[in-house]
Amino acid sequence: MTSHPPPNAVANAVANAVEMKDIVIRFPGVLANDHVNLTLKHGEIHALLGENGAGKSTLMSALAGLYKPTSGTMRIHGELVDFNSPKDAIAKGIGMVYQHFMLVPTQTVTENILLGLNEPKFFMDLPKYDQKIRDLQEQFGLNVDPTAKIWQLSVGEQQRVEILKTLYRGASVLIMDEPTAVLAPQEIDDLMETMRSMTKQDKSIIFISHKLNEVTAVANRLTVLRKGVATAEGIDVTGMTSEKLAELMVGRKVVFRVEKKEQAPGDVVLDVKEVSAINNKGVRALNKLSLKVRQGEILGIAGVAGNGQSELAEIITGLRDCDGEILINGEDVSNQEPSVAIAQGVAHIPEDRTGVGSAPNMTIAENTIMKNYRDEPIGTKWSINFTEARDHARELKNAYDILAPNVRTMARKLSGGNLQKVILAREITTNPKLMVAMQPTRGLDVGAIESIQRLLLEQREEGTAILLISEELEELLTLSDRIAVLHEGEVMGILDAKDANMKEIGLMMTGEKHKA
Amino acid sequence: MNLPYTLIFEKRTEDYPKWLPAAVSIGSVIAAFIISGILLKIIGGEPLRVIKFFFTATFGSWAVFSDTMVKATPLILVGLACTVAFKMKLWNIGAEGQFYMGAFFASLVVLVPMVNLETTPKFLIIVLMMIMGMIGGAIWGFIPGILKAKYNVNEIIITLMLNYIALYWNNFWIFDKWSDAGFQMTPQFAKVAWLPRLSDLAREYRMFSGITLHLGVIIAIIAAIIIWWILERSRWGYEIKLIGDNPAAARYAGLNISKNIILVFMLSGALAGLAGMSEISGVVHRLQERISSGYGFTGIIIAWLAKLNPFTVILVSILFGALIVAGREIQPSGIAYLLQGIILFMVISSDVLLRYKIRLINLNPQEA
Amino acid sequence: MNIEIILHAGLATGTILLFAAIGEVFAERSGILNLGVEGMMLLGAMAGFSTSLATNNAWLGLLVAMLAGGILSLAHALVTINFQADQVVSGLSLTFLGTGLALVLGEGLTGQHPPTIPIVDIPLLSSIPFIGSVFFSEHSILVYVGYIFAPLTAFYINKTRPGMHLRAVGEKPSAADTLGISVYGVRYFYTFVGGLLAGLAGATISLSVSPGWYSTQTTSGQGWIAVGLVIFAQWNPMRAAFGGYLFGMLRRFILDLQGPALIFGMTNPLYVNSNYGFFLQMMPFILTIIALVWGSRAASRKRIGAPAALGVPYIRGERGL
Repeated sequence: MTSHPPPNAVANAVANAVEMKDIVIRFPGVLANDHVNLTLKHGEIHALLGENGAGKSTLMSALAGLYKPTSGTMRIHGELVDFNSPKDAIAKGIGMVYQHFMLVPTQTVTENILLGLNEPKFFMDLPKYDQKIRDLQEQFGLNVDPTAKIWQLSVGEQQRVEILKTLYRGASVLIMDEPTAVLAPQEIDDLMETMRSMTKQDKSIIFISHKLNEVTAVANRLTVLRKGVATAEGIDVTGMTSEKLAELMVGRKVVFRVEKKEQAPGDVVLDVKEVSAINNKGVRALNKLSLKVRQGEILGIAGVAGNGQSELAEIITGLRDCDGEILINGEDVSNQEPSVAIAQGVAHIPEDRTGVGSAPNMTIAENTIMKNYRDEPIGTKWSINFTEARDHARELKNAYDILAPNVRTMARKLSGGNLQKVILAREITTNPKLMVAMQPTRGLDVGAIESIQRLLLEQREEGTAILLISEELEELLTLSDRIAVLHEGEVMGILDAKDANMKEIGLMMTGEKHKA
Repeated sequence: MNLPYTLIFEKRTEDYPKWLPAAVSIGSVIAAFIISGILLKIIGGEPLRVIKFFFTATFGSWAVFSDTMVKATPLILVGLACTVAFKMKLWNIGAEGQFYMGAFFASLVVLVPMVNLETTPKFLIIVLMMIMGMIGGAIWGFIPGILKAKYNVNEIIITLMLNYIALYWNNFWIFDKWSDAGFQMTPQFAKVAWLPRLSDLAREYRMFSGITLHLGVIIAIIAAIIIWWILERSRWGYEIKLIGDNPAAARYAGLNISKNIILVFMLSGALAGLAGMSEISGVVHRLQERISSGYGFTGIIIAWLAKLNPFTVILVSILFGALIVAGREIQPSGIAYLLQGIILFMVISSDVLLRYKIRLINLNPQEA
Repeated sequence: MNIEIILHAGLATGTILLFAAIGEVFAERSGILNLGVEGMMLLGAMAGFSTSLATNNAWLGLLVAMLAGGILSLAHALVTINFQADQVVSGLSLTFLGTGLALVLGEGLTGQHPPTIPIVDIPLLSSIPFIGSVFFSEHSILVYVGYIFAPLTAFYINKTRPGMHLRAVGEKPSAADTLGISVYGVRYFYTFVGGLLAGLAGATISLSVSPGWYSTQTTSGQGWIAVGLVIFAQWNPMRAAFGGYLFGMLRRFILDLQGPALIFGMTNPLYVNSNYGFFLQMMPFILTIIALVWGSRAASRKRIGAPAALGVPYIRGERGL
């Protein structure tokens, strides 16, 4: 079944590539998809839009054979299908490119592509297959070294491996789950070129996104999901406006801009001087990087994921060692324990809310005292006053509008937005002088994004210096006073947010130095 | 084979009722007994007679109940030792070795002797033995602690290896240096180094005659209260829980994880060491081979079954104390191991009931 | 004290650790940590011994020993894979269960003498001086099987499709799942294989290396040493085999230290007072600790870690690995 023949173009010219009818997918307590229809025509790029949790991924997982729909029918090239496993879907020519790459980091590109197939049956003669994969790369213009291990590859290259994986299996229908989220603007252009070339070679593509400019650039038609229901089914992309799209996705008119007050920045709070650091793989991640953040100023950090952003946040907050100086209000905090940075008034909104920012099996109250459990009135010399802690948590719950049954609720039961509010509330109550916020709105719905962004701007007005690291250029342009662009651990240039434009930032993200 | 019914695992979306964890734990112990009974039947035993015997031999009279409590005493302490470590997800499988080292260090007080046994008051000797026992256990806990903290060495294997080393270490002293006339034991301790027993009061109160229950049980219960306070009310306990739940978050919150790994391991070791002291000072009154019948391992089961709650540890320890008392009489000796293994399996399997709802689904409703 | 004897005996005892450790490598490579090796070995040792006694056939004993270990391991598989229970605790309960079953069923086996696995010379090779007498003569057939077992395992894991799938499941089960590889199936299978090999290791003791049934003394902690060896070997079967042999030889060397009355012309304290032997008996365990510390440091320097999904239950659709 490895080289599933491409569907006979003549015989299937009339049939649609995919027809999903009245799809209902129900999980315990959740109706993920409610009678959704989706038709993918032959050779088209069909955009699927919706907020996080709208049911896009669930719908696509059903098409990829990962879940069985509760009811509804699916046809692939006119043939009625009933998938029991991903293998069935792959056999029918469905290929899914996951947002969180499904690649084995310790195996080579070729091994990853051959995983789960029947050919070769036993002995893995990799050099022979390396060549096969090079040929396939040639055909679609997707270059990546087949003998490289996945962990050695950039994010963009890993994505190419994901696409190659589906093409090698003879996929005729590709599902691409937010493929642009991790890419630089120029890489996005390349990806779109690849997508167009694939449709010319008899492939049909479902493109999941929430960015209108990308959708209009590459897709023919679009379907919008909101809370599991389709609010638009296969409508033409021409004539679509961002306002209309946002309304379809969110269900109400959305104010896109949060207001940022004009204010003059104060003294320098954070002064990073010629700092270098290595990442977890032992590779240099920061290279003699310098930057300053002032009171009441938001310095945005732009860059493609994996160019040193995480390490930058970690060296400032004491989670990673480095060479060079990091001054906070004149005190050097480099190579100190995190507690030193905390004592200097550094608050941290970590990239990984569940993995770093919270303790999943502890209550909201216990999570809100993580930074101040040593201080009166919550902490005494030896003990913790948990009544006090719960009162404190209740105040924060009300003030920050955290939706949860009560403050004894476990953190893992909270939605992403509410958990992020718990973290922000906790960090803000430490009255920080410097706030390091990494991807504070990633994966949240529009309402939560708005309130998180407002809170950050309020902090700015309070005079906190904010280092905002984000992969969303629009967010950076909206919130920042200045934007520094990172590439391979170096600052390519620092721009004033008022006169920065996406194109210029995009070029810097791929390694072009700013011409001052 | 097509069964008309199938079991469906559904993830719980809402909180489970408050009584469920307790019900599930009790249910799993009962299930373990039933399975063991069936096994016993298969290999030719008489399960019902054994169960009846179990109850009369362990709770049947004050004297046997006292025996049960005597066995429960070291179990409470090792159960607490495991509880403290597991709260921080430190796999201290070495309570057995820490128990032996605690016993060894405590006996140093008498065998060296560290103080003049004739003139020093009993109270001081007992306290000194307790402190020495805790030091011995803590040293044996310090080794895996520092190896994990500094070099990230897997503590499971290290603590296990240390169990064997402690055993041979003890053997050397009781076979060689302190052997009592060639026997594999030291001479009996002077009475001044014995923990007071209820039977000591037999002259005043006839009812206490022959009751071997000793002060160790009070020490164990006080230890449980202290450990509860540390875990549930103190700043350190909060830190232990935070590190246990998410070490990355703990580091982010400014905690020193290495220091805590070492300290918690030492506390855990100290509790197991105290159990060793209580056993030689309260029961055996000498250092010898086999002072522990696998207490260190039973402590793991107890901590797990008690869901890491220090007070529940006391109750569960009494149950296991009874098992040991009855097990001494039940042959073959492997049955006690077998039962412990089955109980632990049942307990960890039953946790699935807390995370999932299990429903019986009829696949062909039209035929039914 | 004869180097030839130490090496020869070390290969035999090392074979026990080799089988057990490679079995654990299989299980751990699939993401399942099975600490029950000691229990499975003990049960295997007992089952093999008693079967050989009952049937007068050591080979049948070997087969039953493997099945006993394998079947016991399925309890661990069920609890950790389907019920997502903690693998550490489940492994410990497996040790209890295996030990208990072996003791109960092994009542009265002590002192019996069933047939054992034949000891043979390899023709031609055995006549090579020194090498022949150390490696190729007067060994149990199981020792020769051990020689080829490790390289075969390494080839299987690194160069074949099932081996590739095994590695994928242990490193990134979600990736394997999306490509139609059954994560549960693979984990069940290799946990079972680990059990088979632990059973084999047990029978290697009771039917070959030191024939007999001595209740818990039969294995005397070698199962735990095998688990430690896997970390030392950084999940590599060839290194596991090497570690097994090294341990076997050191063990034998240490035991032999008690033999001579004089060492380098000085009185041997171990000879004078046999109680110093307790310190010798500690040595395998101390060596395991040293090996582990060394292995862990080397691993962190080279950034080699355990299989990424080791100890983590796989639940489809949940974020994580």
